[in-house]
Amino acid sequence: MEPFTYRRASSTEDALATHGSATRGAKFLGGGTNLVDLMRLGVETPSELVDVSRLECSIDAGEDGGLRIGAGVRNSELAADRRVRSRYPALAQALLAGASGQLRNLATTGGNLLQRTRCPYFQDVTKPCNKREPGSGCPAREGEHRNLAIVGHSEHCVATHPSDMAVALAAFDAVVHTSRRAIPLVDFHRLPEDEPWRDTVLEPDELIVAVEVPPLAVAARSTYRKVRERASFAFALVSVAAAYDGNDIRIAFGGLAHKPWRAFAAEEAIRSGASFRDAAEAELEQAKPLRDNAYKVELAARTLVRALEELS
Amino acid sequence: MAELQPIALTVNGEHHSLVVDTRTSLLDLLREHLGLTGSKKGCDHGQCGACTVLLDGRRANACLALAVAHDGADVVTVEGLDHPLQDAFVERDAFQCGYCTPGQLCSAVGMLDEAERWDERLDADYVRDRMSGNICRCGAYPNIVAAIEDVA
Amino acid sequence: MSVAPTRVVGTPADRLEGRDKVQGEATYAYEYEVEHVAYATPVVSTIAKGRIRSIDSSAALAADGVIAVLTWENAPKLPKAEGELAILQSPQVSYRGQIVGAVVAESYEAARHAELLVRFEYDVEEHDVELRADHPTLYKPGKVNPEFPTDTEEGDVERALEEAAHAIDETYTTPTEHNNAMEPHATIAIWDGPSLTLYDSNQGAHAHRETFAKTFDMPPEQVRVIARHVGGGFGSKGTPRPHAVLAALAARHVERPVKLAVTRQQMFTLTGYRTPTIQRLRLGCDERGMLTAIAHDVVEQTSTVDEFAEQTAVVTRMLYASPNRRTTHRLARLDVPTPSWMRAPGECPGMYALESAMDELAIAAGIDPIELRIRNDPEIDPESGNRFSTRNLVACLREGADRFGWKPGSRRNGRTLAGLGVAASTYPARRRPSQAHARRNGDGTFTMRVGAVDIGTGARTVLAQIAADELAVELDRIHIEIGDSAFGSAPVAGGSAGASSWGTAVVRACRLLRAGDEDEVHVDTSDSADAEEPLAKHGFGAIFVEAHVDVDTAEVRVARALGVFGVGRILNPKTARSQLIGGMTMGIGMALMEETRVDGRLGAFVDQDLAMYHVPVNADVLDVDATWIDEDDPHINPMGAKGIGEIGIVGTAAAVANAVHDATGVRVRDLPITPDKLVGRI
Repeated sequence: MEPFTYRRASSTEDALATHGSATRGAKFLGGGTNLVDLMRLGVETPSELVDVSRLECSIDAGEDGGLRIGAGVRNSELAADRRVRSRYPALAQALLAGASGQLRNLATTGGNLLQRTRCPYFQDVTKPCNKREPGSGCPAREGEHRNLAIVGHSEHCVATHPSDMAVALAAFDAVVHTSRRAIPLVDFHRLPEDEPWRDTVLEPDELIVAVEVPPLAVAARSTYRKVRERASFAFALVSVAAAYDGNDIRIAFGGLAHKPWRAFAAEEAIRSGASFRDAAEAELEQAKPLRDNAYKVELAARTLVRALEELS
Repeated sequence: MAELQPIALTVNGEHHSLVVDTRTSLLDLLREHLGLTGSKKGCDHGQCGACTVLLDGRRANACLALAVAHDGADVVTVEGLDHPLQDAFVERDAFQCGYCTPGQLCSAVGMLDEAERWDERLDADYVRDRMSGNICRCGAYPNIVAAIEDVA
Repeated sequence: MSVAPTRVVGTPADRLEGRDKVQGEATYAYEYEVEHVAYATPVVSTIAKGRIRSIDSSAALAADGVIAVLTWENAPKLPKAEGELAILQSPQVSYRGQIVGAVVAESYEAARHAELLVRFEYDVEEHDVELRADHPTLYKPGKVNPEFPTDTEEGDVERALEEAAHAIDETYTTPTEHNNAMEPHATIAIWDGPSLTLYDSNQGAHAHRETFAKTFDMPPEQVRVIARHVGGGFGSKGTPRPHAVLAALAARHVERPVKLAVTRQQMFTLTGYRTPTIQRLRLGCDERGMLTAIAHDVVEQTSTVDEFAEQTAVVTRMLYASPNRRTTHRLARLDVPTPSWMRAPGECPGMYALESAMDELAIAAGIDPIELRIRNDPEIDPESGNRFSTRNLVACLREGADRFGWKPGSRRNGRTLAGLGVAASTYPARRRPSQAHARRNGDGTFTMRVGAVDIGTGARTVLAQIAADELAVELDRIHIEIGDSAFGSAPVAGGSAGASSWGTAVVRACRLLRAGDEDEVHVDTSDSADAEEPLAKHGFGAIFVEAHVDVDTAEVRVARALGVFGVGRILNPKTARSQLIGGMTMGIGMALMEETRVDGRLGAFVDQDLAMYHVPVNADVLDVDATWIDEDDPHINPMGAKGIGEIGIVGTAAAVANAVHDATGVRVRDLPITPDKLVGRI
């Protein structure tokens, strides 16, 4: 780990000012569960850490009936919130399906959104990776990609976004509030295209302050289903956040793409009266699986059908 | 040059003021600077749970917590635990090599508190899931669950 | 001959070091307080094959807190070092992740930082790291571990297969697997003049002392290895690893004590692993299910640094009889780290294939898989022709079938398919020479000193129990000291032979102490040659598994697993059960999730941490239990015990795979059974 200075920000303004005055490579620090991890691997090398984990730590009721979740709210506290459990159960389930109890106590809402891919090539500085070292190549395309993207990938990057929480938020039309603007969650994360090093649309000196979940009646009938290689404490092969009350519908996939994958086509198909299976296929038509991950197409379809059947 | 910063924290009820390298994790602070080697380093990346301590009352991975980021914190490690779970672990043979044990114990104490605070039903499936952040390669899981159920 | 009655042995005594472990007071290798200690960290190669052309250490040396950078250019020479331990002796790179340097610094943080600053230029050569059944470099090793013939052949297998009423011919593969003990390998090296003291995380203080003495070309008496508490090994700490040599080299170079722990990532290349295997199994039987042909042909890998020939098909030579039998082992020499021991090397992957094939044959022949095994249970060891000291596989199968409720056949419950699977398990019962020291203290207590290591087996506890019985005192009268090469020589905690070997020495020492007037005695069992008739000595067991498979997501969960074992007398039922279910748990991991993937182009392991290399977590282990049948085997050691460290894992993967097949009708022959291999096929 390279030496760095550490400052604890007293407010969002202070955080931005401190960040702005750093000579190079300042990073905002939340719970540290991914950033410290990546610093120790040499993947991230900030010269300054601006600790924002103690700012914006409350979950407030919005005037319209939604929730405003401070960026510093810990994953475990968010999962335990009674309003989240009752009104957005898939969000609570997604949070609890992620990481471990002790990691959830450290990890923040803002940090969770900014998690970087767990693609093994990205995490090893001795191997090529366009996301980590632009232009060095993507060995995953021809190498090990069993658990990587099947939709929205590019020749430069086939990584997936690892967050569970973000999948539920994508389904629920959440909005990310930053120090500058409001960004719909579905537009917050990017596809890799020819700039795979950019995970999100966030500017380097832009800070997430809160995530707003709007009132959404159907969210009360929602579920999160995560398929993984062991029963707990593993990243998703495929996951589905679905809300369905026989009328309104929201669907997002995890584990399929560089971003949480809101399944607009599947939602539209169901609204038009298609069967669950046909709706899943309508969404997954655009899948371009790699040599070893075609199984994800079938797995995603079946997982979605299963989730919707359980909600019906 | 290493960046040094002063911090103060309470560990197992004892107050410590010291100057640390900003890169020093809470785990290395405990093990290398305070001589508290009960908390273990199994992976240094939050993937095994052997380093779990109670940080301001909540279970947390000390390996991913930078010491400087926890200036003012109250830390309890296995050396500071005095909990019937420790006897239950011995009685139930809830470990073999013992390397994951301090983390299992701190994690379980934290989990018991979470279940109460969040009003959650503490059955075996709950314990298994919520204790899955603590890997035991010796495979003592059934005994760990039994020990926790003994004191729950 | 029978085994003496016991009083303390056989009781479920708590682990003697249990309190220390739950209070954080058990000290592991890295945790000893040593004055003026420096921190070392390995620097490892980033290519799989080639030569170091140049090294630039200047940036690392200029970094804050750095004391020294060691490379092959400046490291002390070790002319006697061999294989993986000959580190920093030449510019040759033989695999990716090999030690090519070390940084020594005043702090851990400084060392880890500078590790990334040492620059190497390489002349890169083409590498090959991928095992294939038709690999052009396949060769027949001179023997397989430790001293078994590479191939065996009896009768005419080909003809027998042609004439068989039922036959199967299938290929099973197992991937690279990593031991992943919870405690990363660690060493503190302290030179005092010509003497070297090592606090080291290992499975055998004396074996390590011998190898260190040889590597550093010094008398063994000048090396002391201390391993009082060890955080698991599973074979990976059975042989000295290169990082420990690096710690000693670094300490000599900087003339200070040095501590070094490998990172979890480095464990994947520096601390051994289980070779991947490609195993072709051919079985034939007659109408009644009697085996007429058994052929087991194994392809596996070794490195260019050393030869490691895993004895994968050796178990097939003794488990079932047949007039026509053949086993072979072929190795590919690849640009990889040398494979090493991982829990039940040989038996574990071999039995996965053999016991899967037996299940397939049972189905082909329309015979219950338990019945097929019972019909083929041999009277004598088919390999040697010797009698078995005890062989209770049939009893274990019957007892297990009864307890488990053996009733195979897929059952559906909602979106879950359930099925049952069974497999036999076996492991050799060994005893090795050991010394022990016993002292009568003035206060009615006794002190036993044995060079044993407790890697989590409960060795301390059972050895004290054995001593308490022999000395006819309560357990709390026994002080036991282990884990130090300063004590009399003792074998490694490995091969399921620890308690058998050390315990025999403890028995002898205690009897000598009681028989004479001396207050202190020392014994050595290496003089007690086995004068009895030659016997085949093995433990046996049967593993039963109920697998649940989600019909949509293809996730497999082991809902129930039961192991029934015939492993001689159980010295401590509490710690024995723990060890057996621990082995079974690792077998569940092997069956369902454990795999280190390889990138052929980069010549690298892709998975190198505990997020990518999945081992079972608490939620994966539902109802796993172990029990045993009464068995008394006086032919191995005076306690009547057989080893139990490995037999739990041996049959488990096959039992899981067989249960998955029973539930789904899908036979996965390449481990692990992950959802990608099942989805859409159920």
